[in-house]
Amino acid sequence: MSTLTDAGVTPEPEAAVSRRPAGAMMRTALRLWRTRIGVALVALLVLVAILGPAIAPHGPSEYFGLAPNAPPSGKAYFGTDYIGQDVWSRFLDGGREILVMAVLATALGLVLGTAVGLTAAYARNILDDVLMRAMDVILAFPQIMLALVVVATVGASETLIVLAVGLTTMPRVARIIRGAAQAIVERDFVAAAEALGLPRIRILMREVLPNVLSPLLVEANLRLTYSIGLIASLAFLGLAPNPNGADWGLMIQQNRVALGTDQPWGVLLPMIAIALLTIGTGLVGDGFARAAAGIDRGRGAE
Amino acid sequence: MDSAQSGSPSAGFHPRLGGLAGFIVRRLLLGLLVLAIVSVVVFAATQALPGDPARAILGRSATPDSLKALREQLNLNRPVLTQYGDWVKGLVTGNLGTSLAAREPVSTYLHDRLVNSAFLVFLSAIISIPLSIAIGAYAALKRDRLFDSSASILTLLLAALPEFVVGVTLVVLFATTIFPHLLPGVSNIAPGTEPWTQLKEMILPTLTLVIAVTPYVARIMRASMIEVLESEYVEMARLKGVPEREVVVRHALPNALGPTFQVIAINLAYLAGGVIVVEYVFNYAGIGGALQNAVITRDLPVVQALAMLIAAVYVVLNLLADVATILVTPRLRTRL
Amino acid sequence: MSAPEAAIVVDDLRVVVAGTGHDIVDEVSFAIAPGEVLGLVGESGSGKTTAALALLGHTRRGARITGGSVRIGDQQVLELSRDQSRRLRGRVISYVPQDPASALNPALRIGTQLTEALEVHGIGGSGDERRARVAEMMREVALPDDPAYLRRYPHELSGGQQQRVGLAMAFACRPRVIVLDEPTTGLDVTTQAHVLGTVRELAAAHRVAALYVSHDLAVVGSLAARVAVMYAGRIVELAPADELFQAAAHPYTRRLVAAVPHLEGRRDLVGIPGRAPSPGQRPGGCSFALRCTMVQEECTLAMPDLRVVSEAHSARCLFAEQVRALVDERRGPAGVVAEPAAADSVLALNGVNAGYMGLTVVHDVNLGVAPRECLALVGESGSGKTTLARAIVGLHRERSGEILLKGRPLARAARSRPRDVRRSIQYVFQNPYGSLNPRRTVGQIVRQPLELFGGRSGREIDRRVDEMLARVSLTAAYASQYPDQLSGGERQRVAIARALVCNPEVLVCDEVTSALDVSVQAAIVELLGELQRDLGLAMLFVTHNLPLVRSIAQRVAVMSSGRIVELGPVDRVLQEPADDYTRRLLADTPSLETATA
Repeated sequence: MSTLTDAGVTPEPEAAVSRRPAGAMMRTALRLWRTRIGVALVALLVLVAILGPAIAPHGPSEYFGLAPNAPPSGKAYFGTDYIGQDVWSRFLDGGREILVMAVLATALGLVLGTAVGLTAAYARNILDDVLMRAMDVILAFPQIMLALVVVATVGASETLIVLAVGLTTMPRVARIIRGAAQAIVERDFVAAAEALGLPRIRILMREVLPNVLSPLLVEANLRLTYSIGLIASLAFLGLAPNPNGADWGLMIQQNRVALGTDQPWGVLLPMIAIALLTIGTGLVGDGFARAAAGIDRGRGAE
Repeated sequence: MDSAQSGSPSAGFHPRLGGLAGFIVRRLLLGLLVLAIVSVVVFAATQALPGDPARAILGRSATPDSLKALREQLNLNRPVLTQYGDWVKGLVTGNLGTSLAAREPVSTYLHDRLVNSAFLVFLSAIISIPLSIAIGAYAALKRDRLFDSSASILTLLLAALPEFVVGVTLVVLFATTIFPHLLPGVSNIAPGTEPWTQLKEMILPTLTLVIAVTPYVARIMRASMIEVLESEYVEMARLKGVPEREVVVRHALPNALGPTFQVIAINLAYLAGGVIVVEYVFNYAGIGGALQNAVITRDLPVVQALAMLIAAVYVVLNLLADVATILVTPRLRTRL
Repeated sequence: MSAPEAAIVVDDLRVVVAGTGHDIVDEVSFAIAPGEVLGLVGESGSGKTTAALALLGHTRRGARITGGSVRIGDQQVLELSRDQSRRLRGRVISYVPQDPASALNPALRIGTQLTEALEVHGIGGSGDERRARVAEMMREVALPDDPAYLRRYPHELSGGQQQRVGLAMAFACRPRVIVLDEPTTGLDVTTQAHVLGTVRELAAAHRVAALYVSHDLAVVGSLAARVAVMYAGRIVELAPADELFQAAAHPYTRRLVAAVPHLEGRRDLVGIPGRAPSPGQRPGGCSFALRCTMVQEECTLAMPDLRVVSEAHSARCLFAEQVRALVDERRGPAGVVAEPAAADSVLALNGVNAGYMGLTVVHDVNLGVAPRECLALVGESGSGKTTLARAIVGLHRERSGEILLKGRPLARAARSRPRDVRRSIQYVFQNPYGSLNPRRTVGQIVRQPLELFGGRSGREIDRRVDEMLARVSLTAAYASQYPDQLSGGERQRVAIARALVCNPEVLVCDEVTSALDVSVQAAIVELLGELQRDLGLAMLFVTHNLPLVRSIAQRVAVMSSGRIVELGPVDRVLQEPADDYTRRLLADTPSLETATA
């Protein structure tokens, strides 16, 4: 045997950072204050959404003898809304639905978009073109427009809104993942797997997918932010799945007329909640993006 | 808001036909193909869905007579393909049908609203595009300094907010609570009046759209500019003694603008979608408000017409962005 | 050393990582006389580019110049204001970057960029004068000077032409000093020879002091009269070129010279084990102590000073005189024994054509590789050698003609080949930074073929992986590491282990050392030669590096424009080339022998 031992005389400085890039990215991200604030905001609003109904003093659609647009009082901490329901109780009750729908829609868009993006990038042939042209067709509508068209015909239902938001999220995810995966499928380790004759699906899942996890995580946060905004906007436009239920977006729409009066809480509470939620997910996404960029730089410096 | 910042236009950078004209022709044909498929999607989503659109429109309380009348008006009695054919023929000839709610031809109904919306989008665009490019480029030049970090936080926060939250917040600030009645919170611009004569009413809707679009484009511009400033050719320009101002204006900016065109196009197109919510917030009489209204009243001919219109705007803007990118990128220009 | 007439004097230069303060470059001193070319040689991470840029008072993001001085004439470069140093750059001292493709602005015509170099320094009173000057510069670097050519964009030029534009720009203002940072890396030897010739002529004609930075000893030797060797941020040896190559006084230089393949005379290449310490991890004593075979205790106590061993020769080693006096016993005949090729080829190519989208880039190739034989396939970039290699392993499908393994024709795509064929032919890729999945451990990477080709239990697989890692000189501890944690040489060892773990009969190596430093290249070639002999492999060794062929192959095929132009035993082809192209290639290849001759 040769006398050679390349054995690490000194470890590379960046080795520790990029050991497990997806996990390392999250750890790096969590060291940034913006990520921590974001996580705290999201956690707070998730708590409100989960625990809210339990601690609400009144039912969301309960009438308890106060006039519409009553100012805050001991009976209704934030006053009553345009038809005399308790603003505080409706606020506590209105977060769950939007959160569940946004998470489901985003997850749907991510799974479909990742599948399409990876397949297109790896195919490098007519399939790539066909898939991406199909994505272009969906991209030719603003997200909210397509949701509106569908809802206009069938009517607003939870399933339909999740489907509409998820399907319009798909092409946006697909483009990002395809872009990231295009660089990966050209790398030699994919060729090495091909030369060994590894099945395509295993190449995609084991060789390519783990290498696009960082952009996928960043994109997931961005998409969640937009999905929340989109679903809230639909409700604001009067297309909540349940027109009588408590829903933050719907609350803003319904109580808008009271804005000029001394009873703005029906608008302000849900608006602050939506703003903090989207800012929270936005901050987390930005933290992830920064961490990912930092890791990539470290790798590029070699 | 959209994040397809992949930089490369969606299609057609491997052309076979020579020249810029050939490229434009190919992209136009591709755009027409996309529009054709879009028309199928729109038609399928609005008219060919399982169930009875007439009943969906009129609700459960509809009388058989009124259902029959509506079916006839929408040509629902004929085979689906014929319905589609007629509808497309109408699209091409400008006969968009009759609005069910307004009871007038869709084209008449939408005409004035289209002018209003176009003016709103135009006003927002000419403010937000230079503003976002300036903020992004300047932040990149002052990387990690105070301007950059505050711009970074501000754009991040604003980009995360849904535009109706921005719009209502502006109403709260400038029209009701804090500065009551400083600016009109409602833009009562009747269809047919000229919006440019009522600029005060335009301020808040425009501001909302500007706030919705600017942060995102600024962030892309910053990233693109930083990449260029770190490039070897910018380093080389400095090493051959080019003054810093020239480095920025002559060497960095032109190269940073290429990817930004794509994003500008996406965001202009996004403005066309964003008006839906913003017009509703401010009761602005444009196509956005019309669409929201048409959806609520299930005015299918109006929904179809607007969906096709906005899709067409998207396709055209993407084409323009691809052409603009090629014009500022010699490497792509000569590859044609 | 700093003779009074020197054009540039660098004294005790120090560049550190901003923030941590770890030194990237330290104690760098030298002087260059007008018309002289000083070579600065170092492996990757030695700090040579950082030092070169610091001569212009420039650092990349994250680095800072904290000490020393750079004097050009009576100007102290490091003490100038922003504006003063701007006026200095390009006019008094200019820079030629490594990669002209990314250093020329893609959005500006080359004429514009050349004129700009004159404009910003106010040279040439009128546009016409400047145009005349640009035309003159273009002629000097042997490029067309017509307006149509000047209206081209950088991407419309070849790599060699782009680098000539870079040279023209650097010489435009007739500077006193010019810094060339690996300007020929990535160029073919023929183009490299032309660019080197241009540099030599221009430096002499205009009495410019030139610092030529490179990782390639042979290139530096062919150009520079004196050579400085950098290791771990410091100059460890500075000597006249021929003395450096024949009687180096620093152990590192000696090992480096021994690692360079020679065009004439076959001999073993010897790599340097270990790797250079990076900034922040450099030991208190001599940086090379950890890898030095002659290390003594006092070496680790303090950083040795540069010791003068003869008039123009100094070395940073406590035992410089003894090292210099050593006789290099390694210069023996090579261990590459030309075993007579067995009768039948295990791998045979009959009339193979290959191409891209109808454009043929490989024409009618006939080759055979016998068991226990190493056949080298040599060619410049674009010769079609990699396409051919990828067609053999089934990664390039657009080909015709026959590729036979033990007489059986192979399907075009790897995927359509039977399992046993895929096992029998293995491939090692050029770039170990790209060929290993960064998200999988070394163990997972090496065991993948075993799992795929089956027939082994989990415990057998584990044992085989450990065995194979040991075979490529990696300990079992590497199995749990990720590629990012490994050096380039270690990665290439992992790639070799992956290729050999399932006992192939044919190994195709595609430029496997071109991404590696010369000392690592030597170690990898040594390892491959040994494995090939021990395992009785038939090996196709694809390379652009002609001298390297000597150290590994018995036969060589020379490829040009997709055709095999010459095929024969290595000694015969290198000594008595029959083909014009081979002759030209040999003449253009710089080597230590021609450098010291």
